Amino acid sequence: MSDIYYDPKDLRNFGKITEWQKELGEKFFDWYGAVFAEGALSAREKSLIAIAVAHSESCPYCIDAFSKDALQRGISKEEMMEAVHVAGAIKSGATMVHSVQMMNKVNKLSM
Amino acid sequence: MAVKSLLARKDDLSITANQLIRLNSEPFSNGELESFRKKLEKQGLFPLKPTGLDVFQVNVGYMCNQVCSHCHVDAGPDRKEIMTTETMQICIDVLKESGAKTLDLTGGAPEMNPNFRWFVEEASKVGVEDFIVRSNLTIIRANKKYYDLPDFFKKHNIHVISSLPYYKRGKTDQQRGDGVFDKSIKALQTLNDVGYGVPGSDLKLDLVYNPSGAFLPGDQAAMERDFKEALKEDFDIDFHNLFAITNLPVSRFLEYLVASGNYEDYMYSLVEAYNPVAAEGVMCRNTISVSWDGYLFDCDFNQMLALPINAKGKHLKDFNLDDLNKRDITISQHCFGCTAGAGSSCQGTVV
Repeated sequence: MSDIYYDPKDLRNFGKITEWQKELGEKFFDWYGAVFAEGALSAREKSLIAIAVAHSESCPYCIDAFSKDALQRGISKEEMMEAVHVAGAIKSGATMVHSVQMMNKVNKLSM
Repeated sequence: MAVKSLLARKDDLSITANQLIRLNSEPFSNGELESFRKKLEKQGLFPLKPTGLDVFQVNVGYMCNQVCSHCHVDAGPDRKEIMTTETMQICIDVLKESGAKTLDLTGGAPEMNPNFRWFVEEASKVGVEDFIVRSNLTIIRANKKYYDLPDFFKKHNIHVISSLPYYKRGKTDQQRGDGVFDKSIKALQTLNDVGYGVPGSDLKLDLVYNPSGAFLPGDQAAMERDFKEALKEDFDIDFHNLFAITNLPVSRFLEYLVASGNYEDYMYSLVEAYNPVAAEGVMCRNTISVSWDGYLFDCDFNQMLALPINAKGKHLKDFNLDDLNKRDITISQHCFGCTAGAGSSCQGTVV
């Protein structure tokens, strides 16, 4: 076993999670594959959404996987970075919009 | 982009035996990844056999005006291997005898062979169904003596297949060198001017896309759509088909993979994407590759790895179609490059 958290090589073993729970694992990967197939959204659009969410979820495996996926789809660096900015803006916005609750509480408690 | 060939730099990997040692060591030697042979055995494809000879591919020399960082030929201006007219004549004689439907000239930059035009003129008399020249595009704009190449190709009804790594300047120049993109665009426009690549035209112009880094090509149809839209909108360029080709871990691309620390991950990507259907349709099953000095190989990659063909006649002079059709095709771990995903051949995907 590796003595570090988040060993990049662990990503190669993602598929092995089915070894401990075959039925649920296989259902998960079937569903995962279907999610990223061409649909009402293109596979390209889904790849950019995945990049954004990978960052907001702070998942290094996902960032590695979908950076490569984006390159394979011919997505430009500018598009990738803009997607991450969207994630960043929503995360920051989520923090800031809570301040309205803070203001409401403070206003209610204040004379 | 590399400055000189591996050979000129006396790099260890310029010795093909060293490339094969690298390809057969970890993660294959320790059993982490299954070998290509094992994969074929599992589906009853080993030994890999030919399905007949359709494509006669001739490498007329390793000299090139570019030194691309992904080049599996290790081509460049410093390479002096050039096919002679004597060998070209034997190619034409063998081509007639073989009954191959496609003649495919490659290099280096085939146009830099001083006997190139003579070869095209003589070979076009054989009357194959599809006569391909693989042009890197910039050669057409490299020197005034090449400016008339589009007209020359048209005169002999050549099917032009050209490499353009991307439809934007940055990635193209990163892989192939500064200025390559602008010259390629100009060359494509001159090909369009004489009728190449125009919708409905019989003058076929196809483009080759190969990734500029340690990743596999995406969906060929989606890439073709993106290339067509961008090249039309930005430069009013037309072309027929886009072939997405996987970079094989051979020569300078192998050097890049090892030096950048991407080798192991790349081999994992190739093996994980192994597609049994693509394996059935690999190009070596219907192709013979001829080197500048007349030797026969299973494919251009085996030629660059100096992996000899498994037949009695190893040279054009001893060409024997029956014998060749019975041979066992020589394989190694680089072959995973042709079986990944939708597969990869000189004509793009195979599935």
